Amino acid sequence: MELQVNNQSTFKVRMKKAWKTYSVVFNSRIAVIGMLLIGFWITAAVVSLFWTPYSPTAFDFIQNLPPNSINWLGTDHLGRDILSRLMSGTQVVLLKTRLPWGDFWIPGGVAIWGVLGSLTFGTLLGLNAGYRRGVADHVIMQFLDALIAFPRIVLYLVIIASLGQSDLAVIFAITLTGAPGVARLARGLTLDIQTRDYIRAAETRAENIWFIMFFEILPNAKGPLLVDCMLRVGYAIFMIGTLGFLGIGLPPPAPDWGSMINEARKYIFLNQFAVLWPAFAIASLVIGLNLFADGIREEMTRFQK
Amino acid sequence: MIYEGSDTSPVLEINDLAVAYKVRGGEVEALQNISLEIQKGETCGIVGESGCGKSTMAWSIVNFLGANGYIKRGSLKLLGKQLVNQTKKELNKLRGNQVSMVFQDPMQSLNPSMRLGEQMKEVLTTHFKISNDQAHKRCIEMLNKVYMPDPATVMKRYPHQISGGQQQRVVIAMALLNNPALLIMDEPTTALDVTVEAAVLDLVAKLREEFDTAIMFITHNLGVVARTCSKVGVMYAGEMVEFASVTDIFDNPQHPYTQGLIRCLPKIGNDKASSTLYPISGRVPAPNNRPEGCVFWPRCDYAQQRCKLERPIVRLIPGTNIQARCHFSEELKHKKRQSLQNIGSEKVLFQSDTTKDPILNISKLKKYYPMRSNSVWEMFGLGKKRYVKALENASFEVHRGKTLGIVGESGCGKSTLLKTIIGLEKASDGNAQFLGFDISKQISRRDVSLVKELQMVFQNPDSTMNPSYSVGSQIARPMKRFRTVPKEQIPSEVIKLLKAMRLSPQYYDRFPRQLSGGEKQRVGIARALASNPDLILCDEPVSALDVSVQAAILNLLTNIQNEFETTLIFISHDLSVVRFISDEVCVMYLGQIMEIGPVHAIYAPPYHPYTEALLSAIPLPDPHLQQKHIRLHGSVPSAISPPQGCRFNTRCPRRNLLKDPAICETAPPQQVSIDGHIINCHISLEQLKKIEPVINLKKVASNVV
Repeated sequence: MELQVNNQSTFKVRMKKAWKTYSVVFNSRIAVIGMLLIGFWITAAVVSLFWTPYSPTAFDFIQNLPPNSINWLGTDHLGRDILSRLMSGTQVVLLKTRLPWGDFWIPGGVAIWGVLGSLTFGTLLGLNAGYRRGVADHVIMQFLDALIAFPRIVLYLVIIASLGQSDLAVIFAITLTGAPGVARLARGLTLDIQTRDYIRAAETRAENIWFIMFFEILPNAKGPLLVDCMLRVGYAIFMIGTLGFLGIGLPPPAPDWGSMINEARKYIFLNQFAVLWPAFAIASLVIGLNLFADGIREEMTRFQK
Repeated sequence: MIYEGSDTSPVLEINDLAVAYKVRGGEVEALQNISLEIQKGETCGIVGESGCGKSTMAWSIVNFLGANGYIKRGSLKLLGKQLVNQTKKELNKLRGNQVSMVFQDPMQSLNPSMRLGEQMKEVLTTHFKISNDQAHKRCIEMLNKVYMPDPATVMKRYPHQISGGQQQRVVIAMALLNNPALLIMDEPTTALDVTVEAAVLDLVAKLREEFDTAIMFITHNLGVVARTCSKVGVMYAGEMVEFASVTDIFDNPQHPYTQGLIRCLPKIGNDKASSTLYPISGRVPAPNNRPEGCVFWPRCDYAQQRCKLERPIVRLIPGTNIQARCHFSEELKHKKRQSLQNIGSEKVLFQSDTTKDPILNISKLKKYYPMRSNSVWEMFGLGKKRYVKALENASFEVHRGKTLGIVGESGCGKSTLLKTIIGLEKASDGNAQFLGFDISKQISRRDVSLVKELQMVFQNPDSTMNPSYSVGSQIARPMKRFRTVPKEQIPSEVIKLLKAMRLSPQYYDRFPRQLSGGEKQRVGIARALASNPDLILCDEPVSALDVSVQAAILNLLTNIQNEFETTLIFISHDLSVVRFISDEVCVMYLGQIMEIGPVHAIYAPPYHPYTEALLSAIPLPDPHLQQKHIRLHGSVPSAISPPQGCRFNTRCPRRNLLKDPAICETAPPQQVSIDGHIINCHISLEQLKKIEPVINLKKVASNVV
């Protein structure tokens, strides 16, 4: 009886506590600026799901127009409206991933899934390396070092060449290149956390090794890992841009920022705006994510009473 | 030594000092109304629990308050010169080299990448125009004065090449190099072992006689104060609550807080059957949360209406030489404390049947850790393997419901022994039986029903609980793991345990960061008890706690033992604590058991020579007690190549009692005295019995408050 009353009241208390924890974001000016930038692009992506000024794939206008009152950001070399393309280009990065089997898509953009992939994969490896130590540690870390030693571009080319051009291939590429970094961080945190007495207490209960790694260690390592992932979303967007620029990125015809730059660069002397706008979009989203992550990290590590 | 200012003026004069820190949304007054005077050649002790503002006071003198701290009110005079409201440049000039400071951890105050000589010379060459040769000479002189053996070679060494006690000597020598008028020592012996601590304290006492320096000695340990200081200031919640000479304070404390501090210490002559410890309830309030009126009233047993409303001032208590901040000091003696009547009733201790089979039987247990070297031979599995011999031939028995105390200095193998028993480490050799089952294998190879019967309480309250889970779920976890309690009854069982720990059910949903150190330790004990184990291993459970909290935890452990008939193995480096809680005591040195037996037999002759040295090193919280003066020379040898035979033979002060001292290099015989008291020593029991007691225990017993 006593306990039930407790449980009800604790829900409210917990909400309040959660608000208290998360509201630290507003204490940092750079985190707020970052959040506004991210918010802007997420809104643009959501709006583009239902409405864009014109169709992003239709050749309705004169080619290579500078910004004007009809096409606010101008048109590209095929006469498509750049604003519409920019807006729907956000979708693949942040909102939806197209599956190769027919016309299906799943929520969550390529960048988000890629980072989640490297988070899962990297954490799994890092926890095992840090907690088991010894031979397991050596094997895992040598494997990851070998992965890092490959030049990235070569790695991308190998993956795309073997899997073909698709959203999933890009996600796989992001996962594979991001995992070693996450694993190193997770391993470092685990090495520190596993010296604490509560891990000894779990060991004296003869807990399963996976229970210790995922229920005793991971919850205490999640803060730094999440901040790191926020930064990684930025890198992933950059990477999608790079892949698009190389012509091996997300498959056409739906627009994405990287391929927009790649296509427009051939006409850069005719129309600079077609290159500038997507470049600016990539930069602003990456900067936004970086500022947000930095702000959160700063607030989290600051001395608190 | 030439001091500026007149001879009669005190070295340090603090008057009505208040220090504040600016924090988010306002400021916090860390210190209030501190007044104090230290004369030339005096040692003034500052005691109090952690968080009472002792270090803040020291930092305010040397202007280490940090970016957000400042002196808000009051005056601070060094050799008659005002230090408050001066610019930084003037301050440096005034203070210059008149104040030196010694910190807790010597390893952190010495630069690990510089030779000790260079570091010491730097002190002289930056402050004075002095040649390198002269500086070198002065440094060697100073090292001689702090009784450092072989100073010339020490000057050439790096900090990691000398022992902890020697490091602290070097730090003290460095602090004295420029003849400071005031030397501030902030917990200088807290990080050291008892025998090393004793030697450093001897040095501090001698410094007082040889140099004219005034010393401010900050510590939480009343025993240390009794040994070194001439005056004591007791601090509580940022205020000085009592100030007087050492003998006055220990004989006749006038403030209830001081009385509480003295009362909650286990006395070396007392055990759990004959006495109870009196903890101070509650905890030190945070600086932004201090009560109205007297700061101590919420924890005071004598508190009255006046205490809650009116703030007492420091006054000289009539009939004494003590300054105290209390309204009712004169009346305290005549009043009976309420809590005393409640706890002081007769205790019936659980009597165990020692004729039955022991619950734990260890024989010839060994633990060697293989050493890794980076040689090429090693890579191919060639070459001689080297081992850290952490535990050598440990044998003992523990009976149901008893407490075995294990004492010894750091690195003596206490923790290795516990880890091997509980299965975190695999025994290298030997036999260990628990309830008749073999436990010399690792925990992962043991049966779950056996795992559940062995649980552990850890040392560090800050890391004993997982910060991500609530108190309730952490206590419930062992119950779920071992299925000792049906699922739907778990919450009520947890609450029952919390109540046994004297914690209210509200703690169920709290998180570790909301708890104080003592509360965390209680939850740690509750978690160990949750699977209803037969044997609980306690690894220094009270050494990181304040004395007032330590008393409460010790009482709690004794009560639990009576209630649940649990058997305890209790590790500690504090001999008074072990004396209080244990039925049997085991003394260890460098992985070997030196002496084991019933608690009263260990603390009286015949002693093992190592036990004797340990006992004579403890700082006793009573300035009148006479203690034998035995100091061990050198440092603990390496466990990789320990001395042959008796491992204590290289430092044994009693080795000269033997006709043939070379015999110590063979394994010592087990000599059995009365009550199964075993001494592993070559010196015969008759000779050991003739040795006088280290401390006159009768005197201690009569002094109990």
